[in-house]
Amino acid sequence: MTFALDLASWVCILLGSFFVVVGAVGLVRMPEVFTRMHAASVIDTLGVGFLVLGMALQAGLSLITLKLLFLLALFVFTGPVVTHALAQACLQDGIAPMLDADRRADRAAAEQTEGRRS
Amino acid sequence: MFAVAAAAILVALALAIARAILGPTIFDRVLAGNTVGTLAIMLLAVFGFLTGRPEFLDIGLTYGLLNLIGTLAVLKFFRHGDLAHRADTERGS
Repeated sequence: MTFALDLASWVCILLGSFFVVVGAVGLVRMPEVFTRMHAASVIDTLGVGFLVLGMALQAGLSLITLKLLFLLALFVFTGPVVTHALAQACLQDGIAPMLDADRRADRAAAEQTEGRRS
Repeated sequence: MFAVAAAAILVALALAIARAILGPTIFDRVLAGNTVGTLAIMLLAVFGFLTGRPEFLDIGLTYGLLNLIGTLAVLKFFRHGDLAHRADTERGS
C-alpha cells in the first residue's frame, strides 16, 4: 500500500515537473503576450496542481496536506484574476491579439446584412 | 524525487527570468514576474519536503498573497499612472 502511494506521488511530481518546464518553455517561445499568458497558465494549473497532489500524497493526512490544499486553492482563485487583469490592461493599452485570420470584419458584415433583412 | 522537481522548477525559473529580461512590452515582464512568484512558492514547498521541514509552506502561502497584490498593484500603476486612482472614476473599458 505504501509502495503504491509512493509510486502515485512520484508519478504526480514528475508530471508536475514536466508541465512546469513545458509552461516555462512556452513562456519563452510563444510569439506575443496573449499566447504567453496561455503558456504561463499551464504552470498555474497543471504544474502546481500535480506537484501539490504529489506532495500531499507524500505527506499523508496531516496539517501539511491542509496547507498544501490552501496553497492550491490560492492558485486556483488568483490565477484567473491575474490573467484577466493582465489581458484587460493589454487591451486597454492597445495591444491587439495576433490573429491568423481576422474574422471580425466578416462577422460585422454578416450582422449588417442581418439587420437590413429584419 | 523531490530533487527532480526542484531542478525542473529551477530550469523554469531561469526561462521565466529570461522572458522578463527579453520581454518587449511591460506586460510580458509583469507576466514573467508573476510566473517567477508562482515558481518561487513551489520551490519553497519542494525544498521544504527535500530537507524534511515542510514548515516552509507557511512562507509560501504568505508569498502567494503578496504575489497577487504585487502583480495587481503594478498593473494598476501602469494603467492609471497612479495607485490612488479611484475605481468609480474608471475610463470606459
